[in-house]
Amino acid sequence: MVGWLGRRALETVSGLGDFALFVGRSAGAMPGSRRLLRRVVRGVYEQGVLCLPVIVIVGAFTGLVLGLQGYYVLNRFGSDGLLGALVSLSLVREMAPVLAALMLVGQAGSALAAELGIQRNSEQIVALETMGVDSHGYLVAPRLLAALLVFPMQTALFAAVGLWGGSMSGSLLLGVDPGVYWSSVERAVEAADVRECFIKATVFGVLTMSICAYHGFHADRCRSATGARAVSASTTRAVVHSSIVVLAADYIITSFLV
Amino acid sequence: MPAPDLLLHVKDLRKSFGGRVVLAGVGLDVPRGCAFTVLGPSGAGKSVFLKCLAGVLRPDAGEIGFDGRPLGFDDRAARAEFRSRCSFLFQNNALFDSLTALENVALPLEQTTDLDDREIRARGLEALRQLEMDEHCDHYPGQLSGGMQKRLALARAIVTRPELVFFDEPTAGLDPLRRNAVFAMIAKYQRQFGFTALTVTHDVVEALVASDRVALLDHGMIGFEGTPAEFSTSDNPVVRGFRDSAEALGRSLAAIRRGENIHPDDA
Amino acid sequence: MKHSGIELFVGVFVLLGIAAIAYLTVKLGSGSPVGGGTYLLEARFANAGGLHPGGSVLVAGVTVGRVEGVRIDPADFSAIATLRIRSTLKLPADSMASIKTTGLIGDKFVALSPGADEANLEPGARITMTESSVDIESLIGKMAFGSVDKETEKKPEP
Repeated sequence: MVGWLGRRALETVSGLGDFALFVGRSAGAMPGSRRLLRRVVRGVYEQGVLCLPVIVIVGAFTGLVLGLQGYYVLNRFGSDGLLGALVSLSLVREMAPVLAALMLVGQAGSALAAELGIQRNSEQIVALETMGVDSHGYLVAPRLLAALLVFPMQTALFAAVGLWGGSMSGSLLLGVDPGVYWSSVERAVEAADVRECFIKATVFGVLTMSICAYHGFHADRCRSATGARAVSASTTRAVVHSSIVVLAADYIITSFLV
Repeated sequence: MPAPDLLLHVKDLRKSFGGRVVLAGVGLDVPRGCAFTVLGPSGAGKSVFLKCLAGVLRPDAGEIGFDGRPLGFDDRAARAEFRSRCSFLFQNNALFDSLTALENVALPLEQTTDLDDREIRARGLEALRQLEMDEHCDHYPGQLSGGMQKRLALARAIVTRPELVFFDEPTAGLDPLRRNAVFAMIAKYQRQFGFTALTVTHDVVEALVASDRVALLDHGMIGFEGTPAEFSTSDNPVVRGFRDSAEALGRSLAAIRRGENIHPDDA
Repeated sequence: MKHSGIELFVGVFVLLGIAAIAYLTVKLGSGSPVGGGTYLLEARFANAGGLHPGGSVLVAGVTVGRVEGVRIDPADFSAIATLRIRSTLKLPADSMASIKTTGLIGDKFVALSPGADEANLEPGARITMTESSVDIESLIGKMAFGSVDKETEKKPEP
């Protein structure tokens, strides 16, 4: 039992070190990678354009629900004029970065892990290496750069759509004056809140996409399965680890910034 | 020291996984411009041998020389030069399924050379044309037949104008007719482009027709090396055993094609 | 064609993303909601409790500026609030500033009530006619002990 615990602890620590090396190699391969921009565009397409519908839909419903719940709570105190502040602060500081990151993990992250896993499985990654192409620079680096760009944008879109959703449920359905709602939004949100929002989005983007890429890239290291089962196992691990890391990092960043 | 016309020189290559010895001291000399085939039954260590040469696996011991110079596993400069002068054709082709045929062929040029886009496109199309694949340049690998995928993979391998091309089980999973076609293709282009071919396979009959030299890898050692004619007539017991089992398999396959019943004691 | 398609979509997405980021940073997160020039005014309050930098300045319910800072005057221990006002808005010299609350528990903001003077407040001028924030706790306390109407603190009876 003690031996097992010790082994697991050692494995976790060496896994972390391996992950850090992986991210470092990918970042280090950026300057030497040819025609990187084209693949970054491809990455922005995967993480940005393809994930836009889910971001808009989830953002709208989050705002709608926040508006509804917030109204019923604030109405008891006769402060429904603060609805805009409640919706905007919860969206900008917490909901938009976290939920947008989770949605992007679910759509773009899982796809990335599965794609890299299959490329590992069908020897495409080894083929790259034998051609003299740095597989980290070719496959991973553009995805990380795209994440740096896309996550803040998706988070901002999520927040904007959510604010609109909150005004829909708050002012159209429940009768808070739209002017009161929007002026409350503008008065509540400060530069520091927006900064926190973008810091979170950027950190989540780099963390989740590197975790997903790491698991997919090393799908062959899966001990319990090979082939298609290994790809599915590594994709599952990628999504689970990224989701946990998003929530943990959210707590850490919030405690530092508040 | 290897003779100057040797392109690849392997001496006493060893590799084991855990306690299992896969390569127990393989030595091989591949002359320049030769179609060299390493034969061996499944599980003889052919793929591991190739991966050690490619630098994907680290050999436990032994030395590899390329064009008269030693090629260490950690020697980055030598490895980079080796990679720029060699190509690999993988068992399952390892084509990028998200890229079109032309993009697949252009990939090694795009990523390892400083050529401009127009030149890369021209050279990619030229390679596709040489393999009669140019009308499929906008197709994705998934839209091509198995034989065309093979040709596409070969086009990608030769687009960098390599001196040495490694073929890892090029006929795995193909029927006898296609196997013949693949070996004929390798032999034809090997002569046309003048590269040196090192093929590992277990298809004796096809390999003997298409090669200049053959070696037999058995139990992690080279059991025989010589010309195809020597291989067919050798009375080395290992060679005979391998030859006979392959011939028996060929006979029963022929029988199946003729629709006859097979008697297990024939084989 | 296929490629230019992807690039078009990516371009549209990037534009959308930049618009959203700009909306969040400029419209919501900015220090000054007012485009163009601004000028500073000062207002002296007996009690500026609950008023923070970034709070709104309203005239007739419309946001016209922000609270720049709140500091103490060492001479008489009153609070001086610095207000940043949109420069298109000229306020009469006898305007009045009061600290008010949105709802029962909401934020504090400064409401300006324009006077009728011919002269306007110059940049850097100090508003002296002010009404301090209502200390809700003491107000509740007074209500509980039923002495609200007797001891109104705003206008002591002569």
